[in-house]
Amino acid sequence: MPSQVLMPKMGYDMAEGKILRWIKQEGDPVNKGEAIAEIETEKVNIEIEAFEAGTLGRILAGPGSVVPVGDPIAVILKPGEKLDTPPAAPQATPAVGAGEGNEAVPQLRRLDGEQAVAQPKLPPQETRTPGPAPGEPHGTRFKASPLARRIAKEMGVDLRDIGGTGPGGRIVKRDVMRARPAAPAPAALAAERVPLTKMRRAIARAMTGSKAPVPHFYVTVAVDMDKAMAFRKQLNDMQGMPKVSLNDLIVKAAALALKKFPNLNASYGEDAIDRHGDVNVSIAVALPEGLINPVLHQADRKLISEISRESKALAEAARNGRLKPEDVMGGTFTVSNLGMFDVENFSAIITPPQAAALAVASAQQVPVVRDGQLTIGWVMKATLSADHRVTDGAEGAQFMAEWKRLLEEPLRLVV
Amino acid sequence: MHDLIVVGAGPGGYVAAIRAAQLGLKTAIVERESLGGVCLNWGCIPTKALLRNAEIAELLHHGDKYGFSFDNLTLDFSKAIERSQSVVSLQTKGIGFLMKKNKIDVLTGSATITRPGKVEVGGQTHPTKRILLATGAQTRLLPGVAVDGKRIFTAREAVARTDLPPRLVILGGGPIGVEFAYVYHHYGSQVTLVEGKDRLVPQEDEEISQLLGKIYAQKGIKVLTSSMVKEIQTTADGVTVQVETARGDQTIQADACLMAIGIVPNTQDIDMKRLGIQTDERGYIVIDDQCKTTAADVWAIGDVTGKLPLAHVASMQGIVAVEAMTGHTPPVLNYQDLPRATYCRPQIASLGLTESQAKAKGHQVAVGKCPFRPVGKAQALGETDGFVKLVADAQYGEILGVHMIGPDVSELLAEVGVAKTLEGTLAEIDLTVHAHPTLSEAVKEAALAALGRPIHI
Repeated sequence: MPSQVLMPKMGYDMAEGKILRWIKQEGDPVNKGEAIAEIETEKVNIEIEAFEAGTLGRILAGPGSVVPVGDPIAVILKPGEKLDTPPAAPQATPAVGAGEGNEAVPQLRRLDGEQAVAQPKLPPQETRTPGPAPGEPHGTRFKASPLARRIAKEMGVDLRDIGGTGPGGRIVKRDVMRARPAAPAPAALAAERVPLTKMRRAIARAMTGSKAPVPHFYVTVAVDMDKAMAFRKQLNDMQGMPKVSLNDLIVKAAALALKKFPNLNASYGEDAIDRHGDVNVSIAVALPEGLINPVLHQADRKLISEISRESKALAEAARNGRLKPEDVMGGTFTVSNLGMFDVENFSAIITPPQAAALAVASAQQVPVVRDGQLTIGWVMKATLSADHRVTDGAEGAQFMAEWKRLLEEPLRLVV
Repeated sequence: MHDLIVVGAGPGGYVAAIRAAQLGLKTAIVERESLGGVCLNWGCIPTKALLRNAEIAELLHHGDKYGFSFDNLTLDFSKAIERSQSVVSLQTKGIGFLMKKNKIDVLTGSATITRPGKVEVGGQTHPTKRILLATGAQTRLLPGVAVDGKRIFTAREAVARTDLPPRLVILGGGPIGVEFAYVYHHYGSQVTLVEGKDRLVPQEDEEISQLLGKIYAQKGIKVLTSSMVKEIQTTADGVTVQVETARGDQTIQADACLMAIGIVPNTQDIDMKRLGIQTDERGYIVIDDQCKTTAADVWAIGDVTGKLPLAHVASMQGIVAVEAMTGHTPPVLNYQDLPRATYCRPQIASLGLTESQAKAKGHQVAVGKCPFRPVGKAQALGETDGFVKLVADAQYGEILGVHMIGPDVSELLAEVGVAKTLEGTLAEIDLTVHAHPTLSEAVKEAALAALGRPIHI
């Protein structure tokens, strides 16, 4: 039986992926584990591997196509098998004229628990569903509206790299606008419209999906950072150590504190709170086009030096667009540090399905009272955002107190 | 049990029902008055027939320009009404036939919906999986003013009444008001047209309003803009309307008053709260891009949604709703881009953004305007008032809107509509050879003007 290759789900909120290119062509032999196509998701690019040996019988979605997760993108034939019919759409009741070999099969969904609705007798050009026509082998002529062609030409965008969402898979203006680099504002206009990048859309979707349904509450503490800063200096004065940043200490402290407060390293589930066990800290990295959160896995078990090395590597990869899928998956808690921007305090939006996030602001020199005396110290404010379905103010406060204690007595980070 | 019951058999409802039947849904349609709804019976269709009559009346009155002279020219208004009613009758029979052909059950009576999935008509309860509300709208009335059909009437009465009031006040200078003003004026009534905004047809491009205002004034139609009605009194033989204008109060004495100040949605026999159907502050049913309401398995289309109260919009919404409910992905309607037309003469037709709207959206705007004066066909017809104005984005020539006033311009909309659907630009209109001599050449010339290289102007 020919087997279908499906668009894989490579992330909690991934709904669709874009086919960048086919590494194997129709008719090519494929070995198990061999890469057959390159897919772009909102966060990273990945290669899809063949899960069994055979021949790539048919490509169902050409380069540039945007395909929902779970939908078939190719068919692999085992030796001796043949492909004789175009891939089946949901079964049509025979009463209304069966497909007259029309290639452009509409992407219909069967209504749950009901008889499949009879397919309309539409000539192929009439289908108004978005998305490319399945069965159209890659490399053939593409359809694009005159406006889309014009914009693409001027922007230097190759139409072959773009998936069409217009009628019958036609490339239309919005497809080109999505693909092109953000255009500089024409001098004549007073205002600027910056097309949304895929990253911005992803951020918007994730944050909107978090803010409304998740009941956030916030706990702020002010941490006396003198000892932590001295500790850091000591570490960095040692030979052979990677340069440790305050954020590395902050992340380690958070990871250790989370072991004592597992509700904050959890997710709200239907009937239960899923405590994750491992502490995988998502570190927010700012990019010109937005934000991405690579993950430091098992941060609770890592040495400060390891955290330091890994954070730097992840940030570097993020800036160069070279993060791998596992680098952005599995985060259980987020640390977001705006300390480099001279910010007094801020609060973060929790990234679903996590239950909490820590927003760290700048350490600032301010008057402090120690032993009844007025002196100058470094104070850093941080705010915990927590999901009230999973934890409460008291627990949040206790977590923050523990985190603060670890930073104010930094030797505890290494014992 | 039906798969779908459509409430209302106007252009929205009956089109939706036919599409639903095509897609295999067991469909019924409820109609309490007459198949075809307002459009076929009391709106679009009869008025277009009357307007045709009025157009001929206008031509005859200017007969000497064309070399015609008459003694005792008589205009029989009751015959005009009779002809328009026969057109209506043909149309409604046609709808009846379409319902039969598509095996759609027609339930006659008023629909009452108080529970989900159940539509009551004439004492019988019809269970259904889905409901599509296409109940339309009715004329908005002023508080305290009752329609008696004689002194005070609306469009609904107008298409059936045969007497011509010597003096007629029309309240409302939108498409309906200006169309009736045209009809009654050319049949001999002295018409006063009262409009609250500062120009006639205020939804159109400003230049169109200006030109229409000028032409109506030249005809002898009294136009009062920026004028609000304060009071209406009826007497045995007439109507007195107190109007507050920009220059002070005015009292208008007339024989009758036609109300055309707007519409209100028909949601009376549906328990909106119980069913969970959200309405907006004006009472229109709130819908999403797929014409779905906030209630499960209930869709709404047409005038009752208040999006753009035109028959072809209702029909398209009907297609969208039915295709959405059967698992297709219908197009998302951009209401601003849908065509609208007013059938007085000169006709008015437009779609898309006006120049000012386009600028407000941040477009670098290129405008091409071709007057009808130099257009051969317009000259041959003897109807040279008006223009075609194309609004485009200068960067790529993207067509943003077209605004026209002139002879038969309603027929010129489709060309621009198709261009927009295909994302064609000014260049494609330029590449298309337009037959000569036609009025459509004005569209091409407007495109050339927008490109900076007109040939005939």
